[in-house]
Amino acid sequence: MKLPRRLTALIAAATVSIVLAACAGAPGSGAGAASGTGGSTSGAGEAKPTGTLTVFAAASLKATFTKLAAEFEAANPGTKVALSFAGSSDLVTQISQGAPADVIASADTKNMAKLADAGLLDGPARNFATNVLAIAVPPANPASIASFADLARPGVRVVVCAGQVPCGAAAAAVEKSTGVTLKPVSEESSVTDVLGKVTSGEADAGLVYVTDVKTAGDKVKGIPFAEAGQAVNTYPIATVGASKNKDLAAAFVALVTGAAGKKVLGDAGFGTK
Amino acid sequence: MRHGYQGIPRWIYVLAAAGAVFVLLPLAAVVAKVNWPQFLPLVTSESSLTALGLSLRTAAASTALCIVLGVPLALVLARGQFRGQRLLRSFVLLPLVLPPVVGGIALLYTFGRQGLLGRSLELAGIQIAFSTTAVVLAQTFVALPFLVVSLEGALRSAGSRYEAVAATLGARPTTVLRRVTLPLVLPGLASGAVLSFARSLGEFGATLTFAGSLQGVTRTLPLEIYLQRETDADAAVALSLLLVAVAVAVVGLSYRGPGAAAARGSGAAPRTPRAGSAEPALEPVAR
Repeated sequence: MKLPRRLTALIAAATVSIVLAACAGAPGSGAGAASGTGGSTSGAGEAKPTGTLTVFAAASLKATFTKLAAEFEAANPGTKVALSFAGSSDLVTQISQGAPADVIASADTKNMAKLADAGLLDGPARNFATNVLAIAVPPANPASIASFADLARPGVRVVVCAGQVPCGAAAAAVEKSTGVTLKPVSEESSVTDVLGKVTSGEADAGLVYVTDVKTAGDKVKGIPFAEAGQAVNTYPIATVGASKNKDLAAAFVALVTGAAGKKVLGDAGFGTK
Repeated sequence: MRHGYQGIPRWIYVLAAAGAVFVLLPLAAVVAKVNWPQFLPLVTSESSLTALGLSLRTAAASTALCIVLGVPLALVLARGQFRGQRLLRSFVLLPLVLPPVVGGIALLYTFGRQGLLGRSLELAGIQIAFSTTAVVLAQTFVALPFLVVSLEGALRSAGSRYEAVAATLGARPTTVLRRVTLPLVLPGLASGAVLSFARSLGEFGATLTFAGSLQGVTRTLPLEIYLQRETDADAAVALSLLLVAVAVAVVGLSYRGPGAAAARGSGAAPRTPRAGSAEPALEPVAR
């Protein structure tokens, strides 16, 4: 019985490694095929690069980058932009672990610096937009919030981001500069969760970005406040070093940082200079 | 060949081994990733201990609530006969297959400030959103089916022969329930409770959606892990291992202690329905 049992284990191990290899191979081969089309065109000496471009972007860029990706595809026939949205730190973690991205756009310089420090970027990152905090309240404004200081009134249920995420760090910076200490009922992990608590009416107020207020439409009322200028979030964009389609990536970065990008981002409430 | 014919083709073992590796490999990866010199400081930090304490307390409360609500449900589903019984079972089991986020949204529109019941509760001065109560409700919602499934299976495979005898001897239904039925299915109840506890401990989506996240109030261990991951991967990994250890301890306890009896006698694997049992022993999960 000894030998067959050992044999069984061996077969099992082999099966597992085959399965794992197949799983690992799937996304990689997809990216390879995509960049293959890109490479063949440059080999043929054509001016315009084609192929599939994978763009990792911060969640707050969803609306604007979806629009810009469509513009990019229209302007560059034969290209396809695959967008992946998540929290900036998630995106950075994924790229550090070898996720096949060509372009990364983060919601803060801190996360981008992690990639730059690890030598995973192709050239320096370029700042393309800024964002500031705003107070979001339910349309009826049940707690009659009018200023940042109002958020600290007793009985006001305010929700903010946790200090670990960029919007929470920004909120903490504003608190520090204004001397107003908030007692939030919840510290969420993402700005969309904060917004959700406001749109559902659970919270009286939430600290989100001006762009989030704009995206939410009439589901929330935005209250801008001057002290928000104390904590400006800067959005950098860069080509990923491991990209197999750097020409196309550079073209996309140029679009975002150029006039077309400024227009779309500005319309959404981002600051662009 | 200790037990004669085993009835399992050898290639099944190969696939079974693959299945085991599939589950164990990611856990091993977590262990490999742990920053051991920093492990103790990371898991004994104030925020970690607060989160662990909150998780254990809320999971215990949820388990109690699951027993209070789940035992009658299981009894009604296993022994009762009424129209809509199948439908009721489907709905009770729904949280098993529902994404927890959906459960959170559903709870929000029930107990939230603007919710179905929340508005009246608010007028009565009871605020559920952003409170530890909300965490317990979220955990109970997702954990209840585990208790109901386990106990219903135990009840079905135990049959109702002894109860019938007790009833003919003049015992009232409540006495039969207390003296015969419950002692008979106690192992099944225990393993169901342990499963509910484990599920409560791991609850994340519904809590995040419904209860929010505040240290010491609503930020349970899974939420703490989710948050730590943003800045401190080492802390997230260390806490993940802690949660795995707690879960393994809980499950291990159930299968070594009363759960083992449950697996033999009733709940988990109703292999042979007893003679005289009116109901065929079905595994409710499989349906």
